[in-house]
Amino acid sequence: MLDHTPKECIERKSLVINPAKTCQPLGATYAALGIHRCLPHSHGSQGCQMYFRSHLNRHFREPVEAATSSFTEGAAVFGGGSNLKAALKNIFAIYEPDIVAISTTCLSETIGEDIPTYILQAQVPEGKYVIHANTPSYQGSHITGFSNMTKGMVKYLSAAGGKSNGKINVLPGFVNPGDMREIKRILRSMKADYIMFPDTSGVLDAPLTGEYHIFPEGGTKIKDIIDSGNSLGTLALGHFASTDSAQELKKKCKVPYQALTTPIGITATDDFLMAIAEFSGQPVSAELEEERGQVIDIMADLHQHYYGKEVALFGDPDMLTGLTQFLLELGMKPKYILTGTPGDLFEKEVNQMLSQAGTQAKVKSAGDLFTLHQWIKQDPVDLIIGNTYGKYIARAEDIPLVRFGFPIMDRGVHSYMPVVGYKGAMRLIEMISNTLLDRVDRDTADEDMELIM
Amino acid sequence: MKTNRLPQEAPKIFIEERKRSVLVKGGDNAAALNCDEDSLAGSVSQRACVYCGARVVLNPITDAVHLVHGPVGCASFTMDIRGSLSSGTELYRNSFSTDLSEEDVIFGGEKKLAAAIDLLVARHHPKVVFVYSTCIIGVIGDDLQAVCKAASQRNNVDVIAVESSGFMGNKAAGYRAACNVLLKAMEPQDGSLVKSKPKAINFFGEFNVAGERWIVHNYLEQMGVELNVVLTGDARYEDLKRTTHAALNIVQCAGSMNYLANKMQELYDIPFIQISFVGVGDTVDTLRKIAEALADPDITAKTEALIERELAGITPALEQYRKRLTGKKAAVYVGGGFKAISLIRQFKELGIEIVVIGTQTGMKEEYQRMATLVNDGTVILDDTNPAELTGFMMELQADLLVGGTKERGIAYKIGRGFIDHNHARQHALIGFEGAINFAKEVADTICSPVWKYIPQIGGEKHG
Repeated sequence: MLDHTPKECIERKSLVINPAKTCQPLGATYAALGIHRCLPHSHGSQGCQMYFRSHLNRHFREPVEAATSSFTEGAAVFGGGSNLKAALKNIFAIYEPDIVAISTTCLSETIGEDIPTYILQAQVPEGKYVIHANTPSYQGSHITGFSNMTKGMVKYLSAAGGKSNGKINVLPGFVNPGDMREIKRILRSMKADYIMFPDTSGVLDAPLTGEYHIFPEGGTKIKDIIDSGNSLGTLALGHFASTDSAQELKKKCKVPYQALTTPIGITATDDFLMAIAEFSGQPVSAELEEERGQVIDIMADLHQHYYGKEVALFGDPDMLTGLTQFLLELGMKPKYILTGTPGDLFEKEVNQMLSQAGTQAKVKSAGDLFTLHQWIKQDPVDLIIGNTYGKYIARAEDIPLVRFGFPIMDRGVHSYMPVVGYKGAMRLIEMISNTLLDRVDRDTADEDMELIM
Repeated sequence: MKTNRLPQEAPKIFIEERKRSVLVKGGDNAAALNCDEDSLAGSVSQRACVYCGARVVLNPITDAVHLVHGPVGCASFTMDIRGSLSSGTELYRNSFSTDLSEEDVIFGGEKKLAAAIDLLVARHHPKVVFVYSTCIIGVIGDDLQAVCKAASQRNNVDVIAVESSGFMGNKAAGYRAACNVLLKAMEPQDGSLVKSKPKAINFFGEFNVAGERWIVHNYLEQMGVELNVVLTGDARYEDLKRTTHAALNIVQCAGSMNYLANKMQELYDIPFIQISFVGVGDTVDTLRKIAEALADPDITAKTEALIERELAGITPALEQYRKRLTGKKAAVYVGGGFKAISLIRQFKELGIEIVVIGTQTGMKEEYQRMATLVNDGTVILDDTNPAELTGFMMELQADLLVGGTKERGIAYKIGRGFIDHNHARQHALIGFEGAINFAKEVADTICSPVWKYIPQIGGEKHG
């Protein structure tokens, strides 16, 4: 039905077909929502913010509130300074946030807006904060925007007071609130004192209480982000979303950091726990050791169902790096690994993992879904793992799809459930093996139908 | 027990700057509502931009390549998000973007655009390529018109520039940009007759969401009326060229298409009537209006027979729903005025009173019409924000909200039902079948047991 993709490859530098990424300010908006009582603000046209809100809303199924400078023709010609200053005045008067996080757009970047100067000129009430990040839509992707806004938090807020707070900073990267909750549970289980930012849990997975609050209970407190300059160290999860901010924090406040793979699967979770143990001086908790053993048990129980299966995976770079590692641990064969986000580091990291496992795959950054579809047409796979947009390819090629990453707009509950940590590994094995077994059940002849699998 | 608790934001329901955008029928601020104006800077508005408006109107043209010239965001956010269906090609559901990079912003994106168009034409042989301008195109100095004209000549296919830079206005400006494209496309070529089909009508402001065009097509067929061209639900580019053949234009989504209908009246002397297939009463009225305008006794007789048949078919089911729903209260916040006005009547048909009503882009006359139709005490609002909307819904105890994607979450958070009457709707909501679907959706969302479990509005926390 939706198959306009030909098998033979075409040279194509000027055209993206069915993008596997979106623009920076979307990611910046998501990061900003991870600060307690923060109103994200887009310095650009009214439509941008509407699209960010709708897109986030479709994935999280939660209200997403954010403001805009509402650029007009005049602002595009003479600059949007007066729009931004008026907007800040109105925002603090009407919505009473503790902090406003401004991201730019392609328009405001192209006309060369000087946001720091505008902020200095604006009337910001006593005790309130305004931070910003440059997020030009024509560079990088939504992941770059998430990284830039997180870095903006460090630049504007983090401060070294000279006395250690004994805590570990954790930068979770662009993951679901369910993942952020799981990361915090792991830290608590390890008896590690921590500061995690941004943290969208309690914001984009807030309970239904019968009352609407523009600022739900969750999000990292501003005072904690300030205090992150006094921490023992920073664990940056995901190179694309988090490493830059950890570097900035090291530069600004001399907090050392470790850059880690997003903790998906056994090895990456092990590494995460060891890093926590190293900074906190606490051993890995018995609870987590038990969970690890359970995952291994599950892998033993089910490995025959997924071993050797070929997988096409696409999505955001940090998530894919973690997932590739996990698929290799499961004995599956990642065959195509594609992200829309540009950056050679992705290909380097993933290829290194593959060669260590003695295998290879087609790996591409700055790709699109058209390319992925062409690869699959030329040589199919057993399973696709990726976001909602994968359903077109899955349908056209009759290949099962496991929904993973962002955005997922045609299913629910994903944002509450982790894919990180050992619990996340269990969940991924459940999703992968169930999807493959459902396909076996669907395709099997009546006489071959099995009760016990 | 249901409490009448106001949200924390209650004192701010009326913020000073919004006073003239909110009207309480029968209250003292009877001064005309401010509308069709720019949003307050810094407001959490539910509104969109020029590109959004233009894309919404043109996107349902199924055999077109819709190419977005700009950084990737605008294309990725609009990838197949509208529920417009096609009876043929699915080409329009693909997302094409020039994905401008920093280098393009510095050196200009014209070459990239030209190459993208050439490639798309060579690969898909589309009937037309629509090239949408985004915010930065004019700013970086790209001459969109010139690139499109050259590409058109080079490839021998229509390549049309859609002037939709986001900051040039709001969604309504985008509607006009799209209508200008449609007007250009329908200009009669040599030998193409104007008003050559006395029993044929065009249907404007209908986007075939969930197959709604096909429902109306079926009615018209039974009435002996030919459906000439629909703009733009399930339309093909070649169709547009015979738009001027019809004797009458009927306009449903006035916000997007009244401009076009006015222009056609002016240019081609084709009259138009404002209609709506939302709700049973409005559907019946619309069918009769069409028959009346075509002034053909045969059509009139067939129309009456159709109405009788359809009403007999749906009345028993509708009556069942009415019994379950009488006394409930609704809030409405939709894009344009026509739908809001029709919903007032449709909810009355179900025994439901509207207590809050508003739109993103409604016009003065539409708000005046709403004010005559609703009861005293009903709040009417233009370009609202979530705090204001939920505040009024709680104060006036609305049981559900009709809106679009961005409103869904806030309705649920205050424990109210929700119906998507925007492009993400799953079921057809127009005509007689649509009225039944709508009643079912209303009943399903209001009667769901989920609301019983919310402690603050009467549920048992641990029950």
